[in-house]
Amino acid sequence: MKLIYEKSVAGRRGYRPPAPDVETKAEIPAGLLRDRPAAMPEVSELDVVRHFTALAQRNFGVDTGFYPLGSCTMKYNPKMAEAAARTPGLEDLHPMLVHLAQGEALVQGALEILYETDRWLQEICGMAAFTTQPLAGAHGELAGVLMMAAYHAARGNDRRTILIPDSAHGTNPASATLAGYRVTTIPSDASGATDPAAVAAALGKGDVAGIMLTCPDTLGLFHPEVQDICRMVHEADAVAYCDGANLNAILGRCRPGDLGFDILHVNLHKTFATPHGGGGPGAGPVGVSLRLVDFLPVPRIGRRTDGTFFLDSGRPKSIGQVAPFFGNFGVIVRAYAYLRMLGREGLRRVSENAVLNANYIREKLKGYYDLPFDRRCMHECIFSASRQAKRGVRAIDIAKALIDRGFHPPTIYFPLVVKEALMIEPTETESKETLDAFIEAMMEIAQLAETNPEAVTSCPKMTPVGRLDETRAARRPDLACLG
Amino acid sequence: MPFISNTDAERRRMLAEIGMKAEELFADIPAAVRDPAMDVPAGLSEQEVRGQISKLAARNASNLLSFLGGGYYDHFSPAAVDAVLSRSEFYTAYTPYQPEISQGTLQAIYEYQSAVCRLTEMEAANASMYDGGTALYEAGMMAARITGRRQLLVDDSVSPIYRAMLRTHLEHHEVELVETASREGLPDRTRIAESLSDETAAVLVQNPNFFGRLDDFSGLARMAHERGALLVISCYPVSLGLAKTPGAMGADIACGEGQSLGLPLSFGGPYLGFMATRMDHVRKMPGRLVGRTVDAEGRQGFVLTIQAREQHIRREKAVSNICSNESLCALGALVYLSLLGKEGLREVAHLCADKAAYARERLGRIRGVKEGFPGRPVFNEFVIRLPADAEKVAGALLEKGIAAGIPLGRWYPDLKDSLLVAVTEKRTREEIDRLAAAMEDVL
Repeated sequence: MKLIYEKSVAGRRGYRPPAPDVETKAEIPAGLLRDRPAAMPEVSELDVVRHFTALAQRNFGVDTGFYPLGSCTMKYNPKMAEAAARTPGLEDLHPMLVHLAQGEALVQGALEILYETDRWLQEICGMAAFTTQPLAGAHGELAGVLMMAAYHAARGNDRRTILIPDSAHGTNPASATLAGYRVTTIPSDASGATDPAAVAAALGKGDVAGIMLTCPDTLGLFHPEVQDICRMVHEADAVAYCDGANLNAILGRCRPGDLGFDILHVNLHKTFATPHGGGGPGAGPVGVSLRLVDFLPVPRIGRRTDGTFFLDSGRPKSIGQVAPFFGNFGVIVRAYAYLRMLGREGLRRVSENAVLNANYIREKLKGYYDLPFDRRCMHECIFSASRQAKRGVRAIDIAKALIDRGFHPPTIYFPLVVKEALMIEPTETESKETLDAFIEAMMEIAQLAETNPEAVTSCPKMTPVGRLDETRAARRPDLACLG
Repeated sequence: MPFISNTDAERRRMLAEIGMKAEELFADIPAAVRDPAMDVPAGLSEQEVRGQISKLAARNASNLLSFLGGGYYDHFSPAAVDAVLSRSEFYTAYTPYQPEISQGTLQAIYEYQSAVCRLTEMEAANASMYDGGTALYEAGMMAARITGRRQLLVDDSVSPIYRAMLRTHLEHHEVELVETASREGLPDRTRIAESLSDETAAVLVQNPNFFGRLDDFSGLARMAHERGALLVISCYPVSLGLAKTPGAMGADIACGEGQSLGLPLSFGGPYLGFMATRMDHVRKMPGRLVGRTVDAEGRQGFVLTIQAREQHIRREKAVSNICSNESLCALGALVYLSLLGKEGLREVAHLCADKAAYARERLGRIRGVKEGFPGRPVFNEFVIRLPADAEKVAGALLEKGIAAGIPLGRWYPDLKDSLLVAVTEKRTREEIDRLAAAMEDVL
């Protein structure tokens, strides 16, 4: 398909500006002006709309079909949340209003949404307080680790190391490094769990600022000894961080704070049904236990006894501000609306169905694919395609064969501790028929891998492009069509 | 529960088929912490929730006549922008890790990267950062990686919000932040020359800067390069409809806040950080990159590329921790720029500048009001000095339904009498006259 720039026709217009209503001309010296107009395409509105509609049709979203992308919680995103974010009075609200003298009074409704979201997240997660500032999950991790650093600095602890399991998301070690820490990797034991003995040994070295665990972990399992690990961490005056990417599995069933975690980030775009937007925007609120409340970013939002909301910036131990204002407000409004609709019982329904759907797939497919950890799972199940790989059919081939059958593939090759990993997260919103259709497709592909591997490895055939030359893309980067 | 398809009967059947009992689902959670009490209200219907949100929205003053800017601007966004953003194939998709079914997102990102390059006259742009502040932080970190140096000089004419974010993000990192004081509302070249050392990784400046002033950083680029440092320019993309570009000034990294490109103000986010650089530095750039390539049959296609920089591959050695970015906002910016086109973007920029010039002249005629930086070129935002405390004057104007501008005293203690006034193409002459009349009234 042609680029929008290749559709440009000299003189064509897609926008008409309002007529000038002042005679004044800005006097800007030539030296401050650009030499030639920016080479934006010259296209009509219809050209633009057709172009992007055609691009949309070359995309696959949750609304298109089943999207069991493990670790990403691709549940259905209710339309009412989209409408909520576009409400006049929210969508058009200028954030700089808060920097006017009476600013708080001008944005009471918006502050209430932030305050209430914060409060509900506290209840759901068992944390003492939240900040909604972090702009994505990884940004929440960084904010969390910065609070960890501030905690140790305030106590005069000289700690340089953060412990991270080998099964963790790549963002965990990357965030720890950005906050100035060294990373020590903790190996998983034979059952796939983080080994408490390995944690104890690492803590014994005395340099540990904290640990970053994912709960339930990235293998889709609830760590039986997670409370013991948090206890050991606390005994070493270290901080227990929970990557909350998998919170969907335990909504209303248990709370990371009750398990002993001190810091938790929540991906609103996963658990709380805000759409992923083709890679963002997300939102990564961070909750903390009592001993870390003083370090939360400012401004904090408070509620007076008369029910009005105020901004509190006078917190000397705060790490400062991590976002320009209060975080990705539009995303938070969607999560607020979703939470408001779910309520207490709805939260428990979410986890129940998410976990049941994952176990259903696990049980039905375990005769067809290797199950590295053959036990009850939480919200996602992880298979290995090593059996198929012996026939020359790898995880990536299975992914491409699923595409031809109308499904988005699961996450592949993650977590790194599983060979040929296929990480399947069905989410709670999918029906039994959808799961059955997916299971059937997976069975058929497993069968083909035995009888006719070529029929799998040659997929996809039904897409506008086939497998693309990624080596060429990386070696000879073509990153822009310059004007 | 309208968002869960299965019925109780189906759930029972599924459990029976796999030989599980409902209570087994959560049996791995220790009993002592299982099924906690939560003080969360009961669920509501869509109608009730929408009603409640409308009520909350009505408690916000979004109907003021606004001259607020400070890096976040109320530009007009054509309806086609939101129409495209409302295509669920775009907004309900994840990161395009499976290129064959993500060509829509991937080609759009490639076109967006191209738009950023064309706008800034740089060679390579990434798929987006979170916002202008985090983009500037990431640009500073990138400069440190490229130069192997550990100090960033940031001028105080850069947004105080960005500088606060830089301080937070760098607090525990070995990269050190040094702030230089501006002079007459521009970076002070002498002071920067004195502050530059063999440890300086980059000089961070902004155009137009927080005071709205336009500048040419070509000399600063040469000065930085002579000392082996880089120049990072944060810029306001709509201003690039007319302003000299970071590329033309010799910037090594251009970045900025993309909200002005058709995205709603939305009380502070989601916004769009953009970043562009020269091809030499691409492998040190943070964030996702989309490249153009071909399939086995030679058909053009797009993929995520040069991923060996990123956290999912490199973990603690990655150039950044960023994963989710602001992809949908980048799509919105691309649609906006495509609609405006070459002429439209230039016209909108000139409209903003001309209306701001009118407002500046009109407000300058009010008795007691002085220009902050008399006669100096600005884009669409300018500083005025008032005969009284700017917070008080702004407060009095609020009571007349006008958000007249941003009082600067909060960030610049010697500018307590100064107000930062922004004008976009949406403000009419009549509205500017209304602001002037109201200001005359309260002074």
